[in-house]
Amino acid sequence: MGSVNLSEADYLPGTVTRSVKLLVAGPFGVGKTTFVGSVSEIRPLRTEEPITEVSVGVDDLAGLPGKTSTTVAMDFGRRTFGGVALYLFGTPGQHRFLPMWDELARGALGALVLVDTRRLDHADEILSAVEKRGLSYAVAVNEFEGARRYPAGAIRQALDLAPATPLTFCDARDQTSSIRALIVLVEHLTAGAEMLA
Amino acid sequence: MKRRRDRDLVRAYVITGGRTRPSREMGLVTLLVARDAPLQGLAPEQRRVLGVCSRHGALSVAEIAAHLDLPPSVVTILAAGLMDSGHLAVPAPESDVPEIDVLKEVLRGLRELV
Ligand SMILES: Nc1nc2c(ncn2[C@@H]2O[C@H](COP(=O)(O)OP(=O)(O)O)[C@@H](O)[C@H]2O)c(=O)[nH]1
Ligand SMILES: [Mg+2]
Repeated sequence: MGSVNLSEADYLPGTVTRSVKLLVAGPFGVGKTTFVGSVSEIRPLRTEEPITEVSVGVDDLAGLPGKTSTTVAMDFGRRTFGGVALYLFGTPGQHRFLPMWDELARGALGALVLVDTRRLDHADEILSAVEKRGLSYAVAVNEFEGARRYPAGAIRQALDLAPATPLTFCDARDQTSSIRALIVLVEHLTAGAEMLA
Repeated sequence: MKRRRDRDLVRAYVITGGRTRPSREMGLVTLLVARDAPLQGLAPEQRRVLGVCSRHGALSVAEIAAHLDLPPSVVTILAAGLMDSGHLAVPAPESDVPEIDVLKEVLRGLRELV
């Protein structure tokens, strides 16, 4: 644990007094960390929270019942707009961390769910976890090259998306493309907040 | 591996002075700035938290945790104590901005980037 050397750019400008938390959710390997890095103005950071979990099923290598300790790691990035700092948190993709989402979702205004068309089935439990927490969300297909392209209608149907849920396409490695996907989410959140107001 | 993680949990307990809950409501994106206040009497871990905070620009709880390699739950407890003692504060907005306006500011900013 050496000394920490932060530069001025690591701090928010003095004008920033508000923060917004959004989640970037999706299964392992879908491009969450890449997406957060594309949008972030700071080098993406990582937090690790030690947790005690009741070990069950496939993740328990020893096959023994009982409690084990592990850490939930989250990468996050930041982007400042005027007086507001937007924080994007990549959710841990592993199945066994889904119960940890209560804490993750606390204070989040919404989620961008990344999906990979080669493994659409993996999106189901993520969508359920997001819906269970009552988070507003949009879905973005991270288009890997070599992956077959499907029309939006087919993807909507495969994911059983509600008509009001936005669906968009992105390349998580590309800043502009990632920002466009975020715009789709924030437009959706803004429209939702306006309906409540 | 298992042993080491258990030790981490014990360490987290020790460095928060045995507190297991923060004294105030705080989340990962709660913003914090340093305030002028005497450092006497502060525990080393509290000083470490203060050491990365600035009077000029805020950092979130999550950033403090990442820079110090501490669990966010530990930073939350330490930072809440430092707020109680006047060493840290949440930056005060000029007016109470409703959530919808905060979202719109983000949206405007995002649109300027594409
Ligand atoms: N071809 C391609 N590769 C990508 C894309 N997004 C991410 N990757 C790669 O896919 C791998 C997994 O991405 P990562 O962001 O770590 O996924 P995470 O597990 O969801 O955080 C990495 O090797 C990335 O470089 C993409 O849009 N296209
Ligand atoms: Mg990742």
